[in-house]
Amino acid sequence: MKNVQKQKRANKSLPFFFRDEFKVCLVIISVSVALLITTFTFDIVPPILNRGIQPATFPKALLILIIVMSLLIYYLATKNPWKVEKKLPKSFFLTLLSFFIFVVISKTLDFFLAIAALSIFVSYYWGEKRIFYLLLVGIIFPVLVFIFFETILGLRFPPGIITNIYYS
Amino acid sequence: MDNLLLIMAPLFSSKLLLVLFFGTLFGLILGVLPGLGPTTGGALILPFTMTLDPLSAIVLLTSIYCAGTYGGAITAVLINTPGTPAAAATCLDGYPLAQKGEAGRALGMATVSSTVGGIFSVIILVFFAPILAQLAYEFGQPEYFALAIFGLTMLASIGEGSPIKNLIAGAFGILISTVGKDFMTSIDRFTFGINELTEGIGFIPVVVGLFAMSEMLTQSTLINQVFNRIALKAIKLPSKDDYKKTWKTILRSSGIGSFIGVLPAEGGTVASLIGYSEAKRFSKKPEEFGKGSIEGIAGAEAANNAATGGAMVPTLALGIPGSATTAVILTGLIIHGVRPGPDLFREQPDFLYGIFGAMLIANVLFFIFGFFGAKIFARITLVPNKILWPMIFAVSVCGTYSLNQSIIDVWIMLFFGVLGFFMRRYGFSVVPVIIGLILGELVEGTLRQSLVIFDGNWLMFFTRPIALTFFILSLIALAFPLIRSKKFKK
Repeated sequence: MKNVQKQKRANKSLPFFFRDEFKVCLVIISVSVALLITTFTFDIVPPILNRGIQPATFPKALLILIIVMSLLIYYLATKNPWKVEKKLPKSFFLTLLSFFIFVVISKTLDFFLAIAALSIFVSYYWGEKRIFYLLLVGIIFPVLVFIFFETILGLRFPPGIITNIYYS
Repeated sequence: MDNLLLIMAPLFSSKLLLVLFFGTLFGLILGVLPGLGPTTGGALILPFTMTLDPLSAIVLLTSIYCAGTYGGAITAVLINTPGTPAAAATCLDGYPLAQKGEAGRALGMATVSSTVGGIFSVIILVFFAPILAQLAYEFGQPEYFALAIFGLTMLASIGEGSPIKNLIAGAFGILISTVGKDFMTSIDRFTFGINELTEGIGFIPVVVGLFAMSEMLTQSTLINQVFNRIALKAIKLPSKDDYKKTWKTILRSSGIGSFIGVLPAEGGTVASLIGYSEAKRFSKKPEEFGKGSIEGIAGAEAANNAATGGAMVPTLALGIPGSATTAVILTGLIIHGVRPGPDLFREQPDFLYGIFGAMLIANVLFFIFGFFGAKIFARITLVPNKILWPMIFAVSVCGTYSLNQSIIDVWIMLFFGVLGFFMRRYGFSVVPVIIGLILGELVEGTLRQSLVIFDGNWLMFFTRPIALTFFILSLIALAFPLIRSKKFKK
């Protein structure tokens, strides 16, 4: 409890634009405003075909609700600041990077290769240095999963360097 | 009598028994592993259920639900980390008792109270779901709209964390459901020219992303964390003295859990916290709570397992999920062409009572597995995260891809993984997003159809007694956190 209060005090001592509540609310409101603007580009149904409300009305109402609620959160946070979250470690950013690498490899090279690359990358950076276990998580297990999905569910994986060899 | 026979039907089907066996086993493993749980597990197993008939598929999902909820207690007692959020309250007394060298006693009580709570809630389900379904015949579009709104406001007010943040998360979930072609006019919304988005954003990529992938990112921040594991020799059945101390607590918590479960919220998590605090309030020795009280374990565990049956009541009777896991089960029902609601009770009683029976058997099965296998399940927690999570990633990716054979779904899953991580970091629960997503179509659909019926007159919503009642209850639900915080300040 004392620790939380300490973290809250630490947050209050920061300039407002560095505080988590400001950054979070700013992101939510910015995204919501962008989406709200997008709703104005939705097609409008002519009155003769329109049943009830326009397709854009409901999302607009939701987005306005989200914006209002976010402002309310920020207002409440000025009175009762959020606690400061610990800095994220390097391993988090590396895992995040591995997600990005996965997307790039799965789009350009191969789906299976992307899974293998991410698994080995993550396992290694999380502390696994033994080759056998790296092969287990990066090759053996994904192969088993692939075969399982292919045979049990009759799934066809997207084409790629390795997948094409398998299917041919 | 006929219904009783239908409930017993799974016992006479070797296929269903096999499904129950594996479902319970899988559920226990998921429950034991911190960060996983029945919601993620159910979402991951959903593609596999396509190879099963509808009843077997739902039996598999419900057995995972029941066993997964109990499995969290094993980790809570032995490593002071709840295997599932619903087991958080179990840590408070389970771990201190285990530290005193009584891990077997703590797990024995957790197993017995979980089983009693689970069976109690199935009985509630058998009696109340048909009654609620009968009432639902009185519901038109406006009533369903008002009910869905009530569900979302309840979720916001009694769910974990800030009600306003929960409301934002719920509204965001509904917003996700609006992506794709508008079902009434076929106009594209939020598709940004991406063809794959015209069909909308699937439920599975969002669930797997928000639960499994966000947890993977959370685990990446905890790789240096060391757990103090307590060795388990054997589970012990509670002694006569323990039964004497706890039977009232178990029954009370079973009732609380079943009731909380019916309300759309975070089911077991909220139920176990209330069950625990009520156990403390009624206890003759409240000072022992937090130091290894056997009543504390009984109160929390009976309540969280009782929430399983409770949460199935609105799911089956109204098609409104009572928790995140029942939202997955609801998706399973829809994928298999079963539409929950009053007609299901009239047209497919054998299917429904089969589910009830399966839940009953699952509760007995996890009791047996728990007693004889807790030591083995406890060892599962020894699997290091650096091995486990890359494997979960592989299954998550393939499982998400398999439903629509769409790589975009996989990317959506990753996006929601990152989003879910930051949501949880800043105190936004991800459960309202899931419930909002699944209720979104119902909310918008019933609103727009009601307006067609009322010729655009919004005030007509308030002229229908049932809808008006739900709106009033929604207002009360919204005001509840304010009243609670004022009372707390006093």
